[in-house]
Amino acid sequence: MATQHSRSAARLMMAPAVILLLGWMLVPLTMTLYFSFKKYLPLRGGDLGWVGFDNYTRFITSSAFWPSIQATLIIVGSVLAITVVLGVLLAILLDQPMWGQGVVRILVIAPFFVMPTVSALVWKNMFMDPVNGLFAHLWNAFGLTPVEWLSQASLTSIVMIVSWQWLPFATLILLTAIQSLDSEQLEAAEMDGAPPLYRFAYITLPHLARAITIVVLIQTIFLLSIFAEILVTTQGSFGTKTLTYLVYQRVLESQNVGLGSAGGVYAVILANIIALFLMRIVGKNLDA
Amino acid sequence: MILRTLGMASVAALCAATFATAETTLTIATVNNGDMIRMQGLTDDFTAKHPDIKLEWVTLEENVLRQRVTQDIAAKGGQFDVMTIGTYEVPIWGAQNWLVSLNDLPAQWDVDDILPAIRGGLTIDGELYAAPFYAESSMVMYRKDLMEAAGMEMPEAPTWGDIENAAAAMTDKDNGVYGICLRGKAGWGENMAFLTAMSNSFGARWFDENWTAQFDTPEWKTTLSTYINLMTKYGPPGASTNGFNENLSLFQQGKCGMWIDATVAASFVTNPDDSTVADKVGFALAADAGLGKRGNWLWAWSLAIPAGSDATDEAKKFVAWATSKEYTALVAANQGWANVPPGTRKSLYENPEYAKVPFAEMTLNSINAADPNAPTVKPVPYTGVQFVAIPEFAGIATQVGQEFSAALAGQQTVDQALAKAQALTVDEMEAAGY
Amino acid sequence: MSRTVTTQRKAINTALAWGIGLLIFFPILWTFLTSFKTEATAIADPPVFLFFDWTLENYSVVTERSDYARFLWNSIFIAGGSTILGIIVAVPAAWSMAFVPSHRTKDILLWMLSTKMLPAVGVLYPIYLLFIKMGLLDSRLGLTLVLMLINLPIIVWMLYTYFREIPGEILEAARMDGATLRSEIIYVLTPMAVPGIASTLLLNFILAWNEAFWTLNLTAAKAAPLTAFIASYSSPEGLFYAKLSAASTMAIAPILILGWFSQKQLVRGLTFGAVK
Repeated sequence: MATQHSRSAARLMMAPAVILLLGWMLVPLTMTLYFSFKKYLPLRGGDLGWVGFDNYTRFITSSAFWPSIQATLIIVGSVLAITVVLGVLLAILLDQPMWGQGVVRILVIAPFFVMPTVSALVWKNMFMDPVNGLFAHLWNAFGLTPVEWLSQASLTSIVMIVSWQWLPFATLILLTAIQSLDSEQLEAAEMDGAPPLYRFAYITLPHLARAITIVVLIQTIFLLSIFAEILVTTQGSFGTKTLTYLVYQRVLESQNVGLGSAGGVYAVILANIIALFLMRIVGKNLDA
Repeated sequence: MILRTLGMASVAALCAATFATAETTLTIATVNNGDMIRMQGLTDDFTAKHPDIKLEWVTLEENVLRQRVTQDIAAKGGQFDVMTIGTYEVPIWGAQNWLVSLNDLPAQWDVDDILPAIRGGLTIDGELYAAPFYAESSMVMYRKDLMEAAGMEMPEAPTWGDIENAAAAMTDKDNGVYGICLRGKAGWGENMAFLTAMSNSFGARWFDENWTAQFDTPEWKTTLSTYINLMTKYGPPGASTNGFNENLSLFQQGKCGMWIDATVAASFVTNPDDSTVADKVGFALAADAGLGKRGNWLWAWSLAIPAGSDATDEAKKFVAWATSKEYTALVAANQGWANVPPGTRKSLYENPEYAKVPFAEMTLNSINAADPNAPTVKPVPYTGVQFVAIPEFAGIATQVGQEFSAALAGQQTVDQALAKAQALTVDEMEAAGY
Repeated sequence: MSRTVTTQRKAINTALAWGIGLLIFFPILWTFLTSFKTEATAIADPPVFLFFDWTLENYSVVTERSDYARFLWNSIFIAGGSTILGIIVAVPAAWSMAFVPSHRTKDILLWMLSTKMLPAVGVLYPIYLLFIKMGLLDSRLGLTLVLMLINLPIIVWMLYTYFREIPGEILEAARMDGATLRSEIIYVLTPMAVPGIASTLLLNFILAWNEAFWTLNLTAAKAAPLTAFIASYSSPEGLFYAKLSAASTMAIAPILILGWFSQKQLVRGLTFGAVK
C-alpha cells in the first residue's frame, strides 16, 4: 500500500526519535560498561586501572545480591498483583450506575498526581510512624499494640505505598476498557441466566485481557526503577534493598563506581530478561 | 552532537548572564538542621555588608546533602561554592586537595579562639580546610522530674549500669513513657555514630593496627548486646527507624526518660517553644564501663570551599561571617544565648552570659573529653571517635548499621548481625585494597 | 434496551464507591488538613479532624524559608519543556509507525519502551560526567533534555496508539486530492489527533513533574524543581508534620488541580491502546 516515497519519508521521520533514544541508551551504557571493568574509586583518586571481571564477581558474590533480586521481584510482583486485582474490582464498581461518579473518579485518580517523594514522606511519618502515626493512634484506640510498619513489616509497607500510587493508573485504564465492553453481550448472558461470576469470568475478564497486559507492562517499567519510596522510608534496611537501591548504595554511598557499574550492568540484564518476557506476552496481545 | 551544541549554547547563555550582572552568586549547600535554617534567616546581615554577593541556598536533608556534595566534589562538578561538611569528610577531602585552605581568613576571625579539639580535626598538615559552624559531642539528657519521682539521682558521670537502672525506673509504657531513647535508624551518621562511640567505652574498635575488622571480638558483642537489651526492655516502639530527629521529637513530647545524643540537642529540648519538658531536663556525661573511655563522640558541622569554586574570595567572606564571633553575637541578640551555634569557640564559653545556659558546661566538658586520635582503649590505625576517617567508611558503616538495625528490630540475633558485619567489612576493605 | 437498576442497588453502589474513593483520597486530605494545624495538634492523639484552630503559620514559615516561586517555575519549565520537546520529536515518529508500518515497527516500538527499563542509578555516574563536560549541571536545559529522553518512549507509544485509530481512508482521500506529505500531516492528521496529543501532553507533564531521581541528582540551586523543595522538608529537627504537610500541599497542589480539571482528557490518554 505504502509507496517507496512514503517509506523513505517515514524512515526519515522516525530518525530523530530513534537516534536520540539510541544515543541515550548507548552512550551511558558504554561508559557504564567501561567503568565496570575498572577499579574506579573517586574518593581515592579515580581511575585505578583495569581489573577484568573482578567487579562482576564481587558484586554477585556479595551477601546483599540475591536478597536484592528477591526484594525487587517481591515488590514488583506484589504491586502488580494488588493493583491489577483491586483495579479490576474498582473499575467494575465505578462502571455501575451511581450518584456522583465524576467526583468519585476524581478522588480515586488523585494519588497518581502525588510525587513519590511526597507520598513516601507522608505515609512514613503521618501514617506509619509507630508513635505519632495515624495507624498507631488507630491501633491504640482499639487497645492494640501499634505495628512498627517500616521495620517489622518493611516490604509490606513499601508495597502498600507503591500500590497506593499506582492503583489509580490501573483502575483508569481498566475502567476505560470496561466501558468499551459491549453491554448487549452482558445483557444477553444475563437473560440466558448466566450467574454474575460466570459473566465476569467468560465475558468481562477476556475483554480486559489486553488492558491488563498494558497495565502490567507500563507498571513494570516504572516499578523496576522505584527508588524514592525506598530512599525516603527504609533506606534499604530490613530487607527492602532492591537491586536498584543496591547499585545506588555502591555508586553513591560507597563511592565505588566500578563495582556499582558492574551492578548497573546486572540491573540492565535483569530488566532485559523481564522485558523480553513481557514483550513476548505483550507482543502477542498487541497483534490481536 | 546535538547535545554538545546545546550544551555549549547554554554555557554561552550562562556566561552572558554572569557578565550582565556585576554581582557574584554563591551557591551554598547546607543541612536542614535548626542552626543552619537560622543562619539562612539571618543572611540579610551578610548581604547588607556585601551587596555585591548574592546567596543561593541548597538546603537538603542530611543524607541527601551528603551524597550530593560527595558526588559533586569527587566528580568535580563544581556546583557549589560553599559546602556544609563534617569532621569525617574534611580530612579525606583535604588530603586530596579538594578544599581551599582557610589559613588566610582575616585576623579578626581569630583562628586561635577555636577549641583545639575542633581545630585539630579540621586541620591537615597545617592547613585549616574548614571553618567550624557548630560542634557537638554527645551526652545524656534525662528527665529530672521522672528521676526524682523514682527516687533516683543521675550521677554526673554515669556508668552503663547506672543508665540501665535509670531507664528501668523511668519506664512507664502504659503512659507512653520509655526509659531510654537511642538512635536505631541505619546509617553511618545515625545508629553507627552512637554505637561506635558506645563501643569505645567498652574497649571495642573498628580495626586493629593491621586494618583487620574487629566485629568478631567480645567487646563488640558486649556493646551490641547491652544496646539491644536496653532498647528492647525500655525503648520506644519502632526504635529501629528512629534517628536523631525522631528521638528529638519523642523527647520533646515527653515520651523519653533519657536520651543519649548530640549535645546540640540540649538547646532544642530546653526550648519552651518546642519542648513540653523544657524545664525538666538534666544533663550528664555519656556513660562508661570503667575502662577509661566514655561513649561520647566529636563532630563539627563546618563550612568548606571546594577547590573548583570560581568565587573563592567571596566564599571566604561568607564562611568567615557565618563562623565569626559577630555571628554568634547576632544570633544572641536576635534569638537569645541558648540558640547560638555551640561548641566551636573558647570565647563563647568564657562569656558569662553564655555560662548561664544550663547545658553550656556539660557541652564543653563532653567535647573536651573526646579524643579523635585515641578514640578507644586499644590503639587504632585511624582517627575519628564515632567514625573511621577513610573514604570507605561511610559505605561500610551504613551497611553494618543496617545489620545492627535489623538486630534491634528482632529480625536477627546479635551474633548473626556481628557475623554479617564482620564479613561485609572484610569484603569491602579487601575491595578497597587494604 | 437499557438496563434498569433499582434505586436501592444504585444507593449501595454509590455508598461503596464513595467509601472506597474517600479511603484512597484520605492521605491527601489528611496532609491538606494537617498543613493548617500547629505542630502539636498535628500529632495529637486522638487525632483531630476538622475542629482545631486553623492556622496559616506553616505556609508562611515555608514560603519564608524557601523561594517557592522559583522551585515552582523550574518545575513548570522542566516538565513543560521536556513534554513539548518530546512531542515534537515523537509526532513524526509515531505518525510513520502508524501509517507506514513495516514488519519492524512493533520491534522498534518495544525496543523504545525497553530503553525506559535502563536503571537510572546504573547510568547516573556517566551522565553526571557528561553533564559536567557539557556544562549542563544544574541547568534547566540539561534536565529538560534528560526528562524528554526518559519519557520519549511513552510519548511515542501513546501517540502511536492514537494515530492508529485514525482511519486510513481519510488519508487516502487526502492523497487523492493531491495533498503533500507535509500538508497531510498539518491539515488532516493533526486536527484529528489533537485530543490524543493533548492527553499525551498531560500525562507526560505529570510524569516529568513527579520525577525525583534525575531532578534531585543533576540540580543544585538554579534549576532545582519542587522535588528538591520537598527534600529540604523531610525530617528536619523537631516536630515537622505540619510544616511537611504545608510543603507537600504546595508541591502537589498545582499538578493535582491541573489533573482534576483535565481529567477527561487525561483518562483518554491513559488507555495506551488498551481499548481496541
